[in-house]
Amino acid sequence: MSTLTLAKALNDGLRAAMEDDPKVLIMGEDVGKLGGVFRVTDGLYKDFGDSRVIDTPLAESGIIGTAIGLALRGYRPVCEIQFDGFVFPAADQIITQLAKMPLRSLGKLRLPVVVRIPCGGGIGAVEHHSESPEAYFTHTAGLRVVACSNPADAYHMIQQAIRCEDPVIFFEPKRRYWDKAVVDKAAEALPMHRGVVARPGTDVTVLAYGPMVKTCLEAATAAAEEGRSLEVVDLRSLSPLDTDLIFESVRKTGRCVVAHEAPVNSGLGAEIAARVTEACFYNLEAPVLRAGGFSTPYPPSRLEDDYLPDLDRVLDAVDRTFAF
Amino acid sequence: MTVDASRGAEAPPELVQLLTPEGERVEHPAYDIDLSPEEIRALYRDLVLVRRVDMEAVALQRQGELGIWASLLGQEAAQIGSGRALTDADMAFPTYREHGVAWCRGVDPVNLLGLFRGVNHGGWDPADHNFHLYTIVIGSQTLHAVGYAMGIQRDGADAASIVYFGDGATSQGDVNEAFIWASVFNAPVVFFCQNNQWAISEPLEKQSKIPLYRRASGFGFPGVRVDGNDVFACLAVTRQALKNAREGQGPTLIEAFTYRMGAHTTSDDPTRYRVATELEAWKLKDPIERVKAYMFKSQIGDQDFFDAVDAEAADLGRDVRKRCLEMPDPAPLEIFEHVYVEPNAMLAEERDQYAAYLATFEGGE
Ligand SMILES: Cc1ncc(C[n+]2csc(CCOP(=O)(O)OP(=O)(O)O)c2C)c(N)n1
Ligand SMILES: [Mg+2]
Repeated sequence: MSTLTLAKALNDGLRAAMEDDPKVLIMGEDVGKLGGVFRVTDGLYKDFGDSRVIDTPLAESGIIGTAIGLALRGYRPVCEIQFDGFVFPAADQIITQLAKMPLRSLGKLRLPVVVRIPCGGGIGAVEHHSESPEAYFTHTAGLRVVACSNPADAYHMIQQAIRCEDPVIFFEPKRRYWDKAVVDKAAEALPMHRGVVARPGTDVTVLAYGPMVKTCLEAATAAAEEGRSLEVVDLRSLSPLDTDLIFESVRKTGRCVVAHEAPVNSGLGAEIAARVTEACFYNLEAPVLRAGGFSTPYPPSRLEDDYLPDLDRVLDAVDRTFAF
Repeated sequence: MTVDASRGAEAPPELVQLLTPEGERVEHPAYDIDLSPEEIRALYRDLVLVRRVDMEAVALQRQGELGIWASLLGQEAAQIGSGRALTDADMAFPTYREHGVAWCRGVDPVNLLGLFRGVNHGGWDPADHNFHLYTIVIGSQTLHAVGYAMGIQRDGADAASIVYFGDGATSQGDVNEAFIWASVFNAPVVFFCQNNQWAISEPLEKQSKIPLYRRASGFGFPGVRVDGNDVFACLAVTRQALKNAREGQGPTLIEAFTYRMGAHTTSDDPTRYRVATELEAWKLKDPIERVKAYMFKSQIGDQDFFDAVDAEAADLGRDVRKRCLEMPDPAPLEIFEHVYVEPNAMLAEERDQYAAYLATFEGGE
């Protein structure tokens, strides 16, 4: 058992994966000597050398494109995209190549590439540094998409992602990088695509992932004081979704709120709402509601507290499910 | 494996320099410049004032008034020299570090701070200054500058565009595509690359095995390396490249060889990846000191002049600070503005809902 920040847990997970398998490579901008701008790869360059921890030229399409080539040659590249907003230059390689090549080869080619993306806002950054681009990737078949919300999951899930034979888009909640928790490294990890009930409750299901899990847990604590019991589910896996867990919870509570930082318009919450409505229609007391970012670009940071769904906005959505 | 005999056998890079680090004026066969004492004093003043604005911004960040700041320390000559080569009709496309070019374009320094303070995404109207908004996504703006130049060409205007980018940016696909477009369309654009030796923690060797200016020849246009800490040389070389562009001779790549004397941004810690002696060596090539030395020697500036510029810089620093602190936070509902030319019904509904939601807190809670 050790107490780790989320960033350090990822760092330890990467280290363990590199020790386990010499084919695992770290690639990205400033991941070497600097240890990444969030220090997630800190110390790996020193211990594994520049042949395993590669400071790449400044080109995201190049990072993913060459990672694909390395994977074709039997390597397991773990690519760091420095900030969410900078994954877009690599979108072509991810969407047209990484996601589709295994299928085109009738399964003969495997692309065990992990794309790590620090995501979300709340750190007072300038534009392009606070985006939540997950829906672009969940919309792309062939990619597995996951998001960790806490240090223990970060430690285990990054290793699962690296062991996975399919490409994995791995979202890291950047405003939670410095949050600490106890990590049991020896514990048996939940399968990567399973969600988890982060806090059991009876009145309403609140679905969240990544940075919003903590917000929703705080909302649940606040709601409990007013006698309302929220069941918070940490989705962990965004594609595929752990629909069994989601449906089970909603059938129990009869109400459902989905929270994410990304704009609600065409966001992951829309997909979840549709599926919950189809599968749990007769159990629902109210429509599935969403608390999320507005249908606008991410605002200047002095307005991000307005943009990001906070505890009050989550509770407001919860209240509205009781108003039906 | 055969060895490529030409590798490493190329001539060493040539550096256009008109003013040595010691402040000696030197001749260059291809580039010269005739500057009046008045013009030299004006350049010196520019250099000192933008350094002062930059210093103030770093201090404001340290005090929590800005979220982050990208310092131009060490790059003043590259920016002032190239910026002062522009005519009003020319159009400049910056990265996030071109505070000196902004100054030359008449952008109020305090307006540069908004983006870094988090109150806006860019605090000036590009059309007022022919100075585009800052671009944070590395390399994107190079294509915009080329397209803009293609427009200038179509319009038959007597103008050119100039685009700023860093050494790291040269690796981006967009930048290489911009080179191709500019070449194929013979666009009136100047590519001004400030090679400050670092892309955050990555030294130039991580991006290129050849001097950057030599990349141009492969794309079919001239490239030149200029001493980026020499304001005279930067002015002369950029002026010539802009003139060539306006006269239909197509693009030029200028590599301004300089040094990022500060951290990448205020969030960065350069001690993790570079040695202090490197900075010490570059301090001897400081872009401002050499002009001052030259001015003293040639009696273009006396102590009274330098004191007056310093006093003006101090006033400017105070003024920028004061007006930065006065910058109001935007109102929450501004989030919904300017997303489209006119708001659509869905967005208007979201805005109204949020306004109603905010109203529930008023006076209560
Ligand atoms: C597409 C993209 N990828 C990554 C980044 C993060 N980033 C910001 S500045 C920078 C280094 C830029 O180096 P260079 O082009 O040399 O310009 P300099 O900052 O040295 O002026 C990086 C990697 C970004 N802004 N955009
Ligand atoms: Mg640079």
